[in-house]
Amino acid sequence: MHELSITQSIVDAVCEQAAGRPVRTVLVRVGILTAVVPDSLRFCFDLTTAGTVAEGAQLEIDQPPGTAHCRACEKDFALPDLVLLCPCGSADVAVTSGQELQIVSMRVG
Amino acid sequence: MCGTCGCHGGPGEGGGPGLAVPHAHPHDHDQVGESPSGAGETITLEQRVLGKNEELADRNRAWLARRSVVAVNLMSSPGAGKTTLLERTVRDLTGRDRPVAVIEGDQETALDAERIRRAGGSVVQVNTGAGCHLDAEMVEGALTALDPDTGSLVLVENVGNLVCPALFDLGERSRVVIISVTEGTDKPLKYPYMFAVADLVIINKVDLLPYVDFDPDQCVAYARSVNPGLRVLTLSATTGEGLDAWYEWLEGRA
Repeated sequence: MHELSITQSIVDAVCEQAAGRPVRTVLVRVGILTAVVPDSLRFCFDLTTAGTVAEGAQLEIDQPPGTAHCRACEKDFALPDLVLLCPCGSADVAVTSGQELQIVSMRVG
Repeated sequence: MCGTCGCHGGPGEGGGPGLAVPHAHPHDHDQVGESPSGAGETITLEQRVLGKNEELADRNRAWLARRSVVAVNLMSSPGAGKTTLLERTVRDLTGRDRPVAVIEGDQETALDAERIRRAGGSVVQVNTGAGCHLDAEMVEGALTALDPDTGSLVLVENVGNLVCPALFDLGERSRVVIISVTEGTDKPLKYPYMFAVADLVIINKVDLLPYVDFDPDQCVAYARSVNPGLRVLTLSATTGEGLDAWYEWLEGRA
């Protein structure tokens, strides 16, 4: 249940930036290749924000899909999981999206 | 559009779609990132969720580098043989060139720390309680308590878990994942995140291979499908088979 620590990091950062103002929404970007489960994040978010300026805030989660670039055939392709294999058969690939784990923005006031 | 009154104008201007008649503007239209959908201000953060842990991990890395200490993070599911491998490693390497110390991570008890101490190693136990992984802050505290000699090797035994520890940088030099032959051959595909961040995979308990249907070659192929550059060692911490290659690998981290 690493989502609890991750949520704690999000709430700590958000409360620091809010500087006492009530937080209404928080937007995070969690790529599908990150091993972070959005439903768990939401569950932990409600627990973690209790008693803070972010209590009752809405958590919005943007989930970029996994994509990769193949260095052999020079094509970009969809990567549904971490098995690094291009449809051309090459394993010489670089993940280009899906590993994001960012706090994007928040709305206060 | 002004989030407070609905008009499109600057200070002093009125008559937007939100109000039919010209109106005064006591509020500020120059506020950065004002929300279009209601009162409030949008603040852009664009910061890494685990940024604080990563900062602390970098601090640990710098602290370790100043003392020429090499830290290695050992991760596996419960029962793969981390502590047995550490006991053996501490016993075999103590008295050689490089002092060895251990940080033991478990949810509860100091049982593993006692095993390491009996094997002759200096050790600090970290109990994570409800936590399922070590983080950089816990390791910072443990390193301070351990106070390793200059030039030491610090082996960090993470909490037995193949998911959560993968996300938390501790400031270590290398990451080792241990899998034992009594587990499923397909574990690298079921827990790809852990295998994706590893520098080395150890396949442990190879002395039991005649009794189980574990396929080491297939397991390595699965692990390399998520991490093509992965190094692999097969050994038995109980019989000692393959340990020399493990000690050579550790020596190479210095």
